[in-house]
Amino acid sequence: MSAPRTLDVGALPPGAFGSRSLMWWGTMGIVVIESTVFALAIAAYFFFRTRLPAWPPDGVAPPDLRWGTINTIVLVASCLPNQLAKRAGEHVNLRGVRIWMLVCLAFGVVFNVLRAYEFQHLNVLWDHDAYGSIVWVLLGLHTTHIVTDFLDTAVLAALMFIGPIEEKRFIDVEENSAYWYFVVLAWLPIYGVIYWAPRLM
Amino acid sequence: MTARLELPHAGEDLAMLEATWAEPRGFVGWCTHVDHKSIGRRYLVTAFAYFLVGGALAGLMRLQLSRPDNTWIGPDLYNQIFTTHGTTMMFLFAVPVMQALGVYFVPLMVGARGIAFPRLIAFSYWMYLFGGLFLFTSFLLNAGPDAGWFAYPPLTETLYSPSKRADVWAQLITFTEVASLAVAVSLITTVFKMRAPGMTLNRIPIFVWAQVVTSFMVLFAMPAVMLASTALILDRLVNTHFFDVEHAGDALLWQHLFWFFGHPEVYIIFIPGAGLVSMIITTFSRRHMFGYLAVVLSLVSTAFMGFGLWVHHMFATGLPQLGESFFTAASIMIAIPTGIQIFCWIATMWSGRIFVRTPMLWVLGFFAIFVCGGLSGVMLAAVPLNIQVHDTFFVVAHLHYVLIGGAIFPLFGAYYYWFPKITGRMLSERLGQSVFGLFFVGFNLTFFPMHVLGLHGMPRRVYTYPAALGWGSLNLAASIGALLMGFGVIVFIVDALRALRAGEVAADNPWGAGTLEWATSSPPPNSNFLRPPTVGGREPLWDNPVDQPTVVGLRADVRDVLVTHVLDAEPDHRVEFPEPSLWPLLTAIATTTMFIWSIFTPWGVVYGSVPVFIAMVGWFWPHRPDEGGTQPWPIRHRTLPLPNEAPASGGVI
Repeated sequence: MSAPRTLDVGALPPGAFGSRSLMWWGTMGIVVIESTVFALAIAAYFFFRTRLPAWPPDGVAPPDLRWGTINTIVLVASCLPNQLAKRAGEHVNLRGVRIWMLVCLAFGVVFNVLRAYEFQHLNVLWDHDAYGSIVWVLLGLHTTHIVTDFLDTAVLAALMFIGPIEEKRFIDVEENSAYWYFVVLAWLPIYGVIYWAPRLM
Repeated sequence: MTARLELPHAGEDLAMLEATWAEPRGFVGWCTHVDHKSIGRRYLVTAFAYFLVGGALAGLMRLQLSRPDNTWIGPDLYNQIFTTHGTTMMFLFAVPVMQALGVYFVPLMVGARGIAFPRLIAFSYWMYLFGGLFLFTSFLLNAGPDAGWFAYPPLTETLYSPSKRADVWAQLITFTEVASLAVAVSLITTVFKMRAPGMTLNRIPIFVWAQVVTSFMVLFAMPAVMLASTALILDRLVNTHFFDVEHAGDALLWQHLFWFFGHPEVYIIFIPGAGLVSMIITTFSRRHMFGYLAVVLSLVSTAFMGFGLWVHHMFATGLPQLGESFFTAASIMIAIPTGIQIFCWIATMWSGRIFVRTPMLWVLGFFAIFVCGGLSGVMLAAVPLNIQVHDTFFVVAHLHYVLIGGAIFPLFGAYYYWFPKITGRMLSERLGQSVFGLFFVGFNLTFFPMHVLGLHGMPRRVYTYPAALGWGSLNLAASIGALLMGFGVIVFIVDALRALRAGEVAADNPWGAGTLEWATSSPPPNSNFLRPPTVGGREPLWDNPVDQPTVVGLRADVRDVLVTHVLDAEPDHRVEFPEPSLWPLLTAIATTTMFIWSIFTPWGVVYGSVPVFIAMVGWFWPHRPDEGGTQPWPIRHRTLPLPNEAPASGGVI
């Protein structure tokens, strides 16, 4: 009897980027879960809207546009260093990863601080009525994301400086950037709902 | 296993491989396990223990209702009992036990050495364990939830539920959903990225398809109940007004969010059950599934339609008639994919060579009971009948026919089917038939009379009823039936314990099945497959040619796994899996502390998140440089061709 046939996978590389990696699938799983939460929270906002004649109810003023709009610009602008960090990761370029992750973190400090101003200028408190509750929850949900994404990125950046650095960490850099995109993109509809729905509806 | 050990070049390498995948011993070692078989076994045992608790609570209810004007259990305790029973069975048993089967068997059935994100699976188990202990501890402290398993506001708002009972319910939801979402993400990744070379999408076993479809439903359904329960906690804790009508809130929002989760939940429980039925029927009919594609597409379309039915739980709330008609039509339409599956199962059995063993008995029982439950479901989809029997025992009868018929019967079939694979021992055929007989007769005796009671007007959730209403004899019959079911479960436990010690030793493939979990020893070795398989057909053990290649080249000194492409499972790259770790447990303890703390003060979330963050950093931080990292790592590389498409000389040593 001849030797059994085999399929030798020994020459395959120990990792891959993008949708080929397991990490991408894990990240996208989280993205799907959290997008669903955002979508349902927005649905709840409009559910309340259908129940009331005036919006915002009780003569409450809509949230001030200034801080939310500035923050939207900052968040969108952070996509540039984020893309550069992602590309440096995909090229296993440690120097580039270090630089652009630090720039991302600087943006993170700015948009987290600006977020505090946003809360102060919503012109309603969560315990005023259901409108206040859903506006605070929408902004709070997204704030949870920018805070945790900032912390994630800070830990990963620290690792890229301190080590031990393994090659698979560059996949983490790439996926961290993908998640950052999600956090920014998820903000755009929420910004529209919080700041523009009360003015247009 | 012995046959494989005698292969040329075996010896040393295989011993090292098994040592690499071995999990540590001792209690602390036990807390660090990340292997899917170890976690899967725990999940199964814990889910079964929770099932026994939920069943005992049901027994107490049947005892209380066995005669009219009974006062053994008062209304307050009775409320806690039925709420904890429903909550346990839905959140702590039915969903997790199906996912537990997925955790144990999906990697084996797709020919992988592990499950994707093994530490996440360990974390999921600990959250699930702590969530259940939290609920039962609360129950024993007279703080068990008491507003029904769906916790409708305004009853659960602070004004009407000033104690912590509603918070316990809401936070239990968070525990179980975190656990469930983690398993869903892991299973999707495992199935799409870690299948054995050659297992193209149209060769995935139907049970594995069922797990994937269910996992996707979990991703879209569970967030709804998490959002709802979070809003409820916020209403109770920091005076938001989501469900408070006096401040522009609306209790109906709860019903929408809850049932947007709750109806898909029924299919999250039933679809794995249907997958089990397909698998058992295939094996015991000795032929490939009739209409494989139709069955898989039925599972997928059931999942889609399952999200379009939720309003039929709300017909009594006075929604617009057009909406009610739409949801009636959707609720009737979902019978179509289920019907397709049933006809495919019948065709498979009809054209196969059936041999009946205990797993097949449970499947035959499933047919009888599930079809009855489906028929009463079509009845309930009609608005006039729905409103007439709303909140009566007719609904109790229907949901138990669907859930016990659709999930528990296939599940017991799976226990008998897979017990030899997990433990290496056979359960007794003779006792298995008795267990089935007791459970089948007991089930029908318990729940069939409830249809009649409901039509006679007996409402749900009442702790007693006056003798003059004439409900006594049917209730007594139901209670006797419950006793029979309980007795059946006890016989099952006795047989399982006996088999563990002295059962007949199981062969690798005692049923002559065709899927990959039977290609390895019983129980499987630490590394699942000493020689990972490749796949040449839908039922590899039946279809593979004799010279079907096995995978070589995975390292034996680290936990090396093969990652393949989504569509056709061509080998793509390798990944080193993590070692056992204590961090998932520590993270779960920190998260549990935060969740329970937040019932009492919102600052619990703020301060409690600090240990969670620390534990997660500890989890993530690498402890040693990667040994595999020295290899060249080209960003673009060619993937390997599939084994059966490889030139005959290419893959031969």
